[in-house]
Amino acid sequence: MSKKAAHVKIKELKTDIGVIKDLELSIGRIFEEKWDEAIGPTPFPSLTDLREWDFKLLERYKPLYLPFCDLCCLCTLGKCDLTGGKRGACGIDIAAQQSRFFLLGCCIGAAAHAAHARHIVEHLIEKYGRRFPIDIGGLTVEVEAPITRLVCGVRPKILGDLEDILDYVETQITHLLSSTHIGQEGSNIDFESKVLHAGMIDHVGMEVADMAQIAAYGFPKADPEAPLVDIGLGTIDLQKPVIACVGHNVPPAVEIVDYLRANGLYGKVEVCGLCCTAHDLVRRNPEAKIVGPISWQLRFVRSGVPDVIVIDEQCVRVDSLPEAQKIKAPVIVTSNKICLGLQDRTRDSIDKIVADLAEARIPGVLILDPAKAGEVAVRTAVKVAPKRKKFKVIPEVTEIIEKAKKCASIGDCNDCRRACPNDLPIPEAMMEAAAGSLSKLADLYEECVGCARCESACRAGNSVHTFIIKAAEKKMKEEKFKIRAGRGAIQDLEIRKVGSPIVLGEIPGVVGFVGCANYAHGGKEVAEMCSEFAKRRYIVVASGCSAMSIAMYKNEEGKTPYEMYPGDFDAGGLSNVGSCVSNPHISGAAVKIASIFARRHLRANYEEIADYILNRVGATGVAWGALSQKAQSIASGFWRLGIPVVVGPHGSKYRRMLLGRKEHEEDWYVYDARTGDKVYAGPVPEHLFYTAETKEEAMVVITKLCMKPNDTTKGRAIKLTHYCDLHKRFYGTMPDDIHLLTRTVADIPITMKDEIVKILEEKGWKERTIPDPTLLPRLIRKRKE
Amino acid sequence: MSVEPWQRAEIAGPKKSLVFAKPQVVVTMVKTAKRPILIVGHKTLENGLGEEKIVDYVIQMAKTAEMPVVATAHIFGEFVKRGFKPAAWMSLMDITNRLQDTEWKGLDGMGQYDLALFMGFPYYMQWVILSSLKHASPDLKTINLDRFYHPHATCSFPNSSLEYWIKCLKVIIGELEAK
Repeated sequence: MSKKAAHVKIKELKTDIGVIKDLELSIGRIFEEKWDEAIGPTPFPSLTDLREWDFKLLERYKPLYLPFCDLCCLCTLGKCDLTGGKRGACGIDIAAQQSRFFLLGCCIGAAAHAAHARHIVEHLIEKYGRRFPIDIGGLTVEVEAPITRLVCGVRPKILGDLEDILDYVETQITHLLSSTHIGQEGSNIDFESKVLHAGMIDHVGMEVADMAQIAAYGFPKADPEAPLVDIGLGTIDLQKPVIACVGHNVPPAVEIVDYLRANGLYGKVEVCGLCCTAHDLVRRNPEAKIVGPISWQLRFVRSGVPDVIVIDEQCVRVDSLPEAQKIKAPVIVTSNKICLGLQDRTRDSIDKIVADLAEARIPGVLILDPAKAGEVAVRTAVKVAPKRKKFKVIPEVTEIIEKAKKCASIGDCNDCRRACPNDLPIPEAMMEAAAGSLSKLADLYEECVGCARCESACRAGNSVHTFIIKAAEKKMKEEKFKIRAGRGAIQDLEIRKVGSPIVLGEIPGVVGFVGCANYAHGGKEVAEMCSEFAKRRYIVVASGCSAMSIAMYKNEEGKTPYEMYPGDFDAGGLSNVGSCVSNPHISGAAVKIASIFARRHLRANYEEIADYILNRVGATGVAWGALSQKAQSIASGFWRLGIPVVVGPHGSKYRRMLLGRKEHEEDWYVYDARTGDKVYAGPVPEHLFYTAETKEEAMVVITKLCMKPNDTTKGRAIKLTHYCDLHKRFYGTMPDDIHLLTRTVADIPITMKDEIVKILEEKGWKERTIPDPTLLPRLIRKRKE
Repeated sequence: MSVEPWQRAEIAGPKKSLVFAKPQVVVTMVKTAKRPILIVGHKTLENGLGEEKIVDYVIQMAKTAEMPVVATAHIFGEFVKRGFKPAAWMSLMDITNRLQDTEWKGLDGMGQYDLALFMGFPYYMQWVILSSLKHASPDLKTINLDRFYHPHATCSFPNSSLEYWIKCLKVIIGELEAK
């Protein structure tokens, strides 16, 4: 892709119809494409270009709204009471308000990724030049930007091309956000269509960000054997100065490592990270350490380990500065999105900044130049570390016991438990602590999400979260695990290998564990689910905090899932694609199956490819601890492609599901592309967005959501085997909808034949045809009679 | 006992649930309902006093009131182990979705329900479910049988001690038996 500005100037033009003088015509950009593939129907789609497709999805998967409260509070006409069918002062009802709120969340999420992408692209262009080639996998990845190709209809070749794609992304986010203003959109279904648009746009923005950093920073390029790296607090060498990088935008962390290397300090200073910056840090530098997901931030800081804390953007605790001050660690903020009230020292001399920080004259600085931030971080850490001596705010056991006694004297207040998102039995643990034992406090560690709301609520002023950290200190120090560094894209070769068995259903599905760490019962549940599906020969992929949580549990042999399963995109493999912005490698893999395996035209052909994925590619996303607006927009991007997403119990607080009704036969008809007939395809996939109450429920529903109308009989039999097996294991019975999911006798798993045939007979089941499924009439290849 | 949301920040809005002055109110509501349904989540396995779990009280209640039970998540098998077969397994999302559909014929094909009793869910999850039904199912009454106050229900237990709550459940079961 390349662009040109066209400017035509005509001094005088004489024609048969007249004379034109001093005509000037300017066209801002022309995209020159030397690409054989014909452009599809929707290049750079607007808010309404894919509305018809959205409506098809939303007709089948209707929104279920779960309002937090009864009110709308967005403008000064309100607050407005929306209960009992009442409308607000602007005319909005509760359904439109809920969908509007959901769209707002998606705009926030998409904007966070797009702004990140803009920042990193600009930074890398400045550093490596506009013409730096985008290579994210060499010959193994010819379809290097499946989402961008699909949505925009262009192929970015150099870093400079990415700027134009971001222009489009930012424009769309502005339009979407504008529709949430008072007096704009009024239909909840149109808001929902815009939600899907926001999600799609978000995947473009993320893809741009990850392509840029993979290419320029030399991250693993579609490498199934990306190195196994250290994760866990126990992996950090406490004898060295420690720099902790927190956030999602890696340039400052990269500059830290580059400075260490350039100045002979490499190996003498420990560099570690939390959240997605950590993912990207180890993609660049496998010797760095990952501490853990976002929920580890507070426990890590209070442990006193970091000597300097470097903050970039997104998913950073906004009380980072006061928390760092407690342990006397200087803070360096590096993004214009997070300034924390600190003085901008970008233009100051490094010597002076380091001196101010090292002498604790200031608690932190804002430095908007990543290279300068990197040097300041290293030099400050080296100076501060001997003074700090890993100063921590974790009390001794005797102090906790004394403070717990104070808590016990207040009586039955329960404020800590009532503030806890997971309703953890903190009062009981405090009572036991008052009696001299910290074991119940230690038990809370696993399920604590690290929010510290318990502390804000405590009438006795106790630092409850810190007590939990102290009680579980031994466990925390023993956190030493291995995670495979983010591999980036899926190779075209891998897609060719698995395309057929996925589409035919013989690989039972692709399960992607993505998103944040707001787990109801700790990250162990994600690791358990991941292992279950890898053992069952699903293709398992992971990203973000979920990818970290998967790593933080070992089997009986002391191996983490990344050591147990290969990193290939293949049956029984476990691929960590990388950070949040690596998620389009997962959606992109589904797109590439349509393109590479099925040879569907990809270029600006969104609707057809989404129709293909909805009907043929058995993929399901699992965001078990999703908490952020970014996770919300990521999920929305999967839905528009027809990929269902399951969230954990806290995900119900996104306040909107997209649910199918399996008993509504009329909802599950598709066109048979071979004949044009409308054919009942069964309720697959049953839902697009679904909250599961427990991990057991999640595992059962995941097997079902991986079923697609196009499954071959062999493929459906394999999928039904997993569904029935898990259903029996967790629910003690066979599923009640097996007659809806069985199309022919050949679909029935051989090992369960007698049992299933009996059920089918009881239900009066009849065989039905397996269509060549599509929801798009234009794809019907009608036989000519 | 207190009549405020268990999780402090879960402030609802203008339409808040009534609180049972006495557990007998539940009995009256169940007895006067034409089509009640009991929806039971996995946390009924976690709570209880001694050997008895809340799921055991649920079974007694369902039997005495002859109410259909929808078991969500992985609780179905626990009912079966105890010799009781719920009317259906259905996820909390699915049953909530169906309770909002005036055309839904119910588990038995006899029509929509007019009273739904909930227990055994994470507090925050039940919160949004009850809110959803409050807004979208105006003809449905909902009862929160869990021991923490839920303002989005039509009627709710107040925040109660485990002992008081179980005592109330026993009263409800006893009164339903005496009908």
